[in-house]
Amino acid sequence: MAEAVDYKVIGTSPVRPDGVDKVTGRAQYGADMNLPNMIYGKVLRSPHAHARIKSVDLSRALAMPGVYAAISGADFPEAQHGEIGGEGGGDVADLAKNIMARDKVLYHGHAVAAVAARSVQLAEAALEVIDVEYELLPPVLDLDAAMAVDATLLDENCFTKNLPEKPDKPSNIAAVMQLARGDVEAGFADADVIVEGEYRIPMAHQGYIEPHACTASVNEGGQATVWCCTQGHFEFRAMASKVLNMNIADLKFIASEIGGGFGGKTVLYLEPLAILMSQKSHRPVKMTMTREEVFRATGPTSGTHCKVKVGAKKDGTLTAATAWLAYEAGAFAGAPMGPGAMSIFAPYALDNFHIEALDVLVNKPKVAAYRAPGAPQSMHAMECALDDLARELGMDPIDLRMKNAAEEGTQAPYGPKFPAIGFKACLEAAKKHPHYTRPVPEGAGRGVAAGFWFNVGMQSSAEVHINENGTVTVVEGNPDIGGSRASMCLMAAETLGVTYDQVRTLIGDTESTGFSNVTGGSRTTFATGMAVIQACEDIIAQCKARAAATWGVDEDQVEWEDGQAVPAPGVNADVKPLSLADIAAKAARTGGPLLGRASLNAQGAGASFAVNIADVRIDRDTGKVDVLSYTAIQDAGKAIHPAYVEGQMQGGAAQGIGWALNEEYIFNADGVMENAGFLDYRIPVASDLPMIDTQIIEVPNPSHPYGVRGVGETPIVAPLAVIANAVRDAAGQRINDLPFSPPRVLAALDNA
Amino acid sequence: MNKVQVSTSINGEEVEFLCEPQETLLDVLRETLDKTGTKEGCSTGDCGACSVMLDDRLVCSCLVLGVEAQGSEISTIEGMAGGDGLHPIQQKFLEHAALQCGICTPGLIVATKALLDKNPDPDEETIRYWLAGNLCRCTGYDKIVRAVQDAAKELAHPA
Repeated sequence: MAEAVDYKVIGTSPVRPDGVDKVTGRAQYGADMNLPNMIYGKVLRSPHAHARIKSVDLSRALAMPGVYAAISGADFPEAQHGEIGGEGGGDVADLAKNIMARDKVLYHGHAVAAVAARSVQLAEAALEVIDVEYELLPPVLDLDAAMAVDATLLDENCFTKNLPEKPDKPSNIAAVMQLARGDVEAGFADADVIVEGEYRIPMAHQGYIEPHACTASVNEGGQATVWCCTQGHFEFRAMASKVLNMNIADLKFIASEIGGGFGGKTVLYLEPLAILMSQKSHRPVKMTMTREEVFRATGPTSGTHCKVKVGAKKDGTLTAATAWLAYEAGAFAGAPMGPGAMSIFAPYALDNFHIEALDVLVNKPKVAAYRAPGAPQSMHAMECALDDLARELGMDPIDLRMKNAAEEGTQAPYGPKFPAIGFKACLEAAKKHPHYTRPVPEGAGRGVAAGFWFNVGMQSSAEVHINENGTVTVVEGNPDIGGSRASMCLMAAETLGVTYDQVRTLIGDTESTGFSNVTGGSRTTFATGMAVIQACEDIIAQCKARAAATWGVDEDQVEWEDGQAVPAPGVNADVKPLSLADIAAKAARTGGPLLGRASLNAQGAGASFAVNIADVRIDRDTGKVDVLSYTAIQDAGKAIHPAYVEGQMQGGAAQGIGWALNEEYIFNADGVMENAGFLDYRIPVASDLPMIDTQIIEVPNPSHPYGVRGVGETPIVAPLAVIANAVRDAAGQRINDLPFSPPRVLAALDNA
Repeated sequence: MNKVQVSTSINGEEVEFLCEPQETLLDVLRETLDKTGTKEGCSTGDCGACSVMLDDRLVCSCLVLGVEAQGSEISTIEGMAGGDGLHPIQQKFLEHAALQCGICTPGLIVATKALLDKNPDPDEETIRYWLAGNLCRCTGYDKIVRAVQDAAKELAHPA
């Protein structure tokens, strides 16, 4: 473990620079942009889960006074196949067809046409006179049935990828992947105890409170400006350019403040429609989704069906494990089965394992990334099985995990050997935590489980400007969802040796700063932070050069200490140190304004681990599960702004608790989601939750200057199994399927 | 057009507007009056992002018609900070890192003020049940509850 470092600014939790605007209502979110001459766009959505589109007639809508544009799939360039990188990526043609259906609708709510009119009400009235002729097809709604050989096909051209030979028949299984090591049969033969489990989890939504929104304005020269809420405006620009066959140079994307994303705002939905209709109407077009549209046509994460089998010796040593993981992709390929498969066994040293994962098409909305995409579902299976194993062995569940915990040098199931990681430190902290050492409350149950996420690096750019008075402006390109401006200011202040309040960070648009990948993968504080640090180091180098020139000494005779240039030890110069403000004040005479830059493709993202503990009580009359107490322990590497790290841990825990207890997409037999609103799709409210205790572990990531790992996604991974294991403890029996809605729990108790 | 003329007071200022009979107070605030500090999360009264005070009642402005505001006094997030700067509730939300994305924050602050005006010393359970109509997806509510507790203390005994 690296030695603890004393930092001056990092590790404090100051008020965020964008805070005042956000508590006063000044901050502009996606729907807050209004422009002169602006009109409003709305989308006509399919009333069927699966149908062929025979015709779309827009003429009656276009004839209405006050309607300025109407479009359907025919107005888009032909969809070209090709990969789009990044978290919201996938196949361009699929993305394009999800944005606007062409020959087929593939889920209830799939966009079929759109209009732009003088008012929202008028646009909605115009949607009602668009004539669409459908030829109905049977909806494919069940994950297991979708995989059957004789299943109705969503896409007649879908042949399962990654099989040894191209299959001769199309299938709803878009792709399979396998991960294996060692000899599984021998491993199970070696085991004293084997446990197996089978678990189903329905689709769930990210549930950001801000619906998708954008305003697009295209001028008569064909140049488009788009304001939108997005996790990555550069990637939105790239996707829009491919979907609309437009030059990237003609597209300017400006990220508004963003009201939550959790992965769901890495995906383009409305923006190309608004651009097309602005082109046609010669007016700015604003589009906002209703909450119902958000549920029906954006986001969800995969429903899953997972099977896991684990063998162990009497002392708890794992000898073998297998997993079969089926993920619903929704209407187009791209379920997060890859990360699901790669994460399921990641916390453990395992010599013998086999994992098969499947990406399965069903007539439901196309899934999008949701916080640690794929991992909560697969790891729920493993962490429940380990809990059962601990019971069979009569072992403490933390001791069982400690016995098999991955550490520095352990080869991860997905290939590389881990550098320094904090899983054992998290387990040790959990074992000693007062929550774990105190008795379980009378009649309640306690659960523990582990969480893991890879975290990613990817591309980031940053500029650092030194203003005339020595204050600092950081420009970067990652929308701030949870306080990242504050983190950037802290890292810049630490590097430059100035105070936090001397630094401001702003998020540039696609024309005013360099490319950055999405705010996703828990990468912003890690990767963009690294770019900011390097840009500050660029400033320091320039300041040293200017001080050297001012003093008439060599550059290597100047050092940077506490925010000022000083002569290096032993250098005989009778000079006063030059602060950033001193150097900035004389910049015109020493070479002009000070501008530091860095761009990088960050390597060495640090895996992060968590251990969570929960106590729950079940109301035996109603089946309602109450969370009495919850503790999240996680390795952050280094917490730059501890309060926002805690916030990520608490928020992820709350989302995971909601997923475990309440949240699910409920479809009827026709594939219509029956709970497309916050009243019936019930995310946790304040009275559902206790205080969520946190303990930040800091095992520095050796690949980041300040040890940052990234913290945003790991927090949602453990809670599903934590709650499941606590319910198991309280109920005296394992309930395999989520969520633990009162009817399901009551039925299980009644059948016991 | 059958627009109705409505006379009201918003944050202490006399305001007149024209609205269609079916338009919500939320739409009037955001689209007609450019007061976009009040946020729209669901338009069905389930998320509380559009919370405002209508006379002495905390309401979801998406469930109130614009015409219903006739003769009323409305308070929105834009009226919270005064001559001395931020309201103590706003200050405590910042100090406790009680916001991440911030979209629910205006509604939560308006709802918190309504609570503390009625009950200056609420316990944790009271706070949690009072704020149960304001959804936050980012924070898990922990830091929000602590900010409200601290704001209550601050308002009772200003530092």
